[in-house]
Amino acid sequence: MQTDSVPEPRVVQNYFTRVDKIFRGSVASAALFSLVVLILIAAFLFYRGFEIFSDFGLGFITNSKWEMLNPEDSSTATFGIAAMLVGSIITAAIAIIVAVPFAMASALFIEYYAPRFLRTALTALLDLVAAIPSVIYGIWGYVILLPLVEDWSGTLNKYLDWFPLFAVRVPIFGRSPLLAGLLLAIMILPIVTSVAREVYSQAPRDLVDATYALGGTKWGGIKTVVLPFGKSGLVGGAMLGLGRALGETVAVYLVLNLVFEVNLKILASAGGNVASMIATKFGEASEYELKGLMAAGLVLFLVTLAVNFLASVIVNKSRKIV
Amino acid sequence: MTTFEYTDVVPQPRRPWDHSGSTALRVVVLVALSGVFGFLATTFTGLSGFLGWYVGLVFAVPAIAFIGSARHGWNVSSDRIAASLVSVAFASVAIPWVSIFWTVVQKGSKAFHANYLTSDMRVTAFSDDLDLGGLRHAIIGTLIMVLIASLIAVPLGILAAVYIVEIKGRYAKLVRFLTQAMSGVPSIVAGLFVYSTVIIFFGSFSAIAGALSLVILMLPTVARTSEEVLKIVPEDLRSASYALGASQARTTFRVVLPTVASGLVTATVLGIARVVGETAPLLLTASYFVGTSTSVTEPIASLPVYVFTGLTLGDANATTRSWGGSLVLLLVVLVLFLFARFVSTRLTRKR
Repeated sequence: MQTDSVPEPRVVQNYFTRVDKIFRGSVASAALFSLVVLILIAAFLFYRGFEIFSDFGLGFITNSKWEMLNPEDSSTATFGIAAMLVGSIITAAIAIIVAVPFAMASALFIEYYAPRFLRTALTALLDLVAAIPSVIYGIWGYVILLPLVEDWSGTLNKYLDWFPLFAVRVPIFGRSPLLAGLLLAIMILPIVTSVAREVYSQAPRDLVDATYALGGTKWGGIKTVVLPFGKSGLVGGAMLGLGRALGETVAVYLVLNLVFEVNLKILASAGGNVASMIATKFGEASEYELKGLMAAGLVLFLVTLAVNFLASVIVNKSRKIV
Repeated sequence: MTTFEYTDVVPQPRRPWDHSGSTALRVVVLVALSGVFGFLATTFTGLSGFLGWYVGLVFAVPAIAFIGSARHGWNVSSDRIAASLVSVAFASVAIPWVSIFWTVVQKGSKAFHANYLTSDMRVTAFSDDLDLGGLRHAIIGTLIMVLIASLIAVPLGILAAVYIVEIKGRYAKLVRFLTQAMSGVPSIVAGLFVYSTVIIFFGSFSAIAGALSLVILMLPTVARTSEEVLKIVPEDLRSASYALGASQARTTFRVVLPTVASGLVTATVLGIARVVGETAPLLLTASYFVGTSTSVTEPIASLPVYVFTGLTLGDANATTRSWGGSLVLLLVVLVLFLFARFVSTRLTRKR
């Protein structure tokens, strides 16, 4: 049966209906949750730690003593995180210096040298290793890596103690910044590698092929095309790893001896780390000391935020070139 | 100025990718050379044991790459040396991974006994014999906190991804940037934040506080993975839906999200895998409790804190219990990962 009625043409709207406006508004407000959380973290840590900043001022950053003789009396307290900050930077620097070359090589291996069938498997393995809980890295570092590094440190010190970094005052080598740095290197390697691998995989294939056509070798192609192309991505990945290394807590807690004195001798069994200091002192902290820990947490938060900010700017920039 | 001259000499085609000589011979020489280098290293330099032999290998591999290819000239040699160095570097990277998996399985299995997963530590001390006690309380605590955290973080994460990909709002770039920044929040800071708000307000450690600190760490992972997943939805589907007169809300909920449902499951699972092993924030928020507890307003145990607690005691049996907890934790992460991979391969096959 046929009807003569022609359906009315639908009015096409080029504006959002009320339902859509509500939908867009509510999604937008949910999406800004992360902004709210970040602001709240900074605000609350500042609010709780404000008393410390006003009591100690810049001394909180430049002083390395952390003691509270009488837990009831806040005037007996001296809080400063200089040693911890320096220690954090030293361990993170060791981690980056060790991890980045290995990460570059591993990324190149997975992307350009490994057989094709292994490539997907290794990429998956990389993700899995990145997800191993830090406490497992910690227990492994404490039980397996500690005796090994203790032994190596002894050797290093025996032959290279003229080099200021490897000198120690007392020949006790366990739980040193070197050990913490090496463990952190192992922990951040997967993330740095996977960023590097992703960037390297986007290197322009035709340029690589062009180097082959000119009679170049595989290494020639990598050296002239892939590595320069991936430089900024690698820097971004390294910064990301640096952020992780600065914020790592339990693994460092287990393998580093905290000493509240600036120590640049990486083999000595004395180091510092803001994150693991917070975990260490948290247990028996008095109310005033807790405020000090909040202030230390704020400093750590701001430092890692700055590092991660730089990292994502660099990584995004390198993505844009692609 | 460069000038080109034509000569009658036809250059020989070079085949630098060819293998020269027999591979077996090379392996034999490699082993022998690394033995020599290892011997020299352990004898003369004070390096001892594993490290000495390893240094030997590290020197031997590029050396033999060079010796084997020197007659082809530096271009070929450098290629071979680079290849050998890259392989050696990757092998050294893999050593700790293998060692971690191996030690956790080997030492962790010693803590297991028949009732390991079904008994708690209410009447057992960490230093007691290993056939007593278990980690039921830790497993249940982790389950509860991860569940609560997922209920909050997953919807928020997916909505953030929807905002970036579907709505493409004015602040899309800002939201993506903030989620990235949030993924860099140190876990201990997340714990301190929840402590400074929830716990100081309510006055006691609690499972809900632990879950809230996990939300902060879980959200960025879920948001980023969901974003990647939403991006693969074909634009045609959206256009078709709009052409049928559907609103954007309906398009999102009835077309886009169902299309990538399995991808969103992957995002959730990866988020869970990210936080299931977090220790530091739980130390500051959920603390630890020896018995099995299901109350969300009281302190509660969790697998990572169980491992950590056993380790700080220094007792041999306590350490073995920690390894046992680590094994369970590692298995959980492994299962989550295999599940995520399984789901995401199904997703890509469907497309």
